[in-house]
Amino acid sequence: MTFTWMASYWPLLLAGAAQTVLLLVISVVFGFALAIGLAFAQISGGPVIKYFAKGYCTFFRGTPLLIQLWLLYYGVGSLLPMIPGIRQSLFWPVLREGFFFAAVSFTLNYAAYEAEVLRGALLAVPKGELEAGRAFGMSRFMLTRRIWLPRAIRIALPTIGGEIVMQLKATPLAFTVTVMDLYAVASKVRQDTLLVYEPLIVVTVFYLILTATIARVFSRLEAEVPVRR
Amino acid sequence: MAAARQGIFELLSPYPPGWGGTLLVGAVSTIAISAGAFLIGILLGTGGALGKLSGNRPLRLLLDLYTTAVRAIPELILIVGLYYAGMDGLNRLLATFRLPHIEVNGFVVAVAVLGFVQGAYMTEVLRGAILAIPAGEIEAAKAFGMGPQLRFRRIILPALLPNALPGLANLWMSITKDSALVAVVGYQELALATRLAGASTKHYFIFFLAAALLYLAITLVSNVVFSLIERHVRRGQPKPA
Repeated sequence: MTFTWMASYWPLLLAGAAQTVLLLVISVVFGFALAIGLAFAQISGGPVIKYFAKGYCTFFRGTPLLIQLWLLYYGVGSLLPMIPGIRQSLFWPVLREGFFFAAVSFTLNYAAYEAEVLRGALLAVPKGELEAGRAFGMSRFMLTRRIWLPRAIRIALPTIGGEIVMQLKATPLAFTVTVMDLYAVASKVRQDTLLVYEPLIVVTVFYLILTATIARVFSRLEAEVPVRR
Repeated sequence: MAAARQGIFELLSPYPPGWGGTLLVGAVSTIAISAGAFLIGILLGTGGALGKLSGNRPLRLLLDLYTTAVRAIPELILIVGLYYAGMDGLNRLLATFRLPHIEVNGFVVAVAVLGFVQGAYMTEVLRGAILAIPAGEIEAAKAFGMGPQLRFRRIILPALLPNALPGLANLWMSITKDSALVAVVGYQELALATRLAGASTKHYFIFFLAAALLYLAITLVSNVVFSLIERHVRRGQPKPA
């Protein structure tokens, strides 16, 4: 076991960690917003919207993330330049990056899993609390904003923590579309120094630290909510 | 630009100018890898669950390390690491016995590695399912003088299956999707076959969509099969209200 390579590779490792965290944050934040919409669409949407939201969740939960990523990167990525004028547009430098496709596919995938979690949690909010809100004359929107959604998120909190850790463990896939994340740094070190296990071990430690951080943040969040047992 | 004008059906036709056959072979090997890994996972998981519940302290610590480590490390890193470590370790072992260096079949390594990962998740599912069996049933079996093997086969197994099946079904779904990860280490299953088809025809979108639908079909069919199995193992139980 030699770790002397760490001396020259630590800036790259930190940059990789930053990419990994950025991917995670983007996919969780945007995915969560999308998931809220999808969950409500499944519960209280009209038949067409409901069908669409269910189909979306089934598709993204029933196919591997790797295929979704490659479908976007290779498939949509090869169709994008056919849109006239896109190469001259402001967004082209972003649109041709692997990072963009990784972020989009992780977001869509996370949204599908999270929507199912939220759907269950929304249905688990006690009816009495919603009726109480209605009795106070709250409009449907205010009821959702003040009572239904916050209560559901609290109910789903432990599951959400688990889902975020799962999402973290899925981020190394981004290296297959040229994103220089933590895992890609490890495989670059392997190519440069012919060391197989040491870079993987170092990167694993990074992931474990991130996992432990997420777990701690969520146990704090859960402790903040008073629960009567 | 003759290739560009090829229709979707020609591209996906199962006979050589089309790539449908390659995709279907890939899908079959995806199912084969998943099934192999699932079986190894069940064996490891049963052993792991019984070991964790056996009360042997060092064994339990070892198994705790196994399940915690495997479930905390990203699957891709585990698969790549174990893929090289497995090949490397086997060849070093052979070298110490003065046996020639061998190149292990990618299929065997993929199954072994995914099975090892599945085993950790399976241990937890089965441990939970065994703990959910009322202690009285196991004590009654002991009182009737059943040995550990007979007890496991007649009492514990039928009682744990209804509890474990939803978890096992989840694991099967995740293994069919995780098996796509072995494409990264270069074993040709559905995901890699699709990438090859896309690379040689430049019709990436069609092929990845077709592959996604194949995976979806595997998932939906498995859903039906598992609900049939669950109905079978739950026969005679009261229906939930």
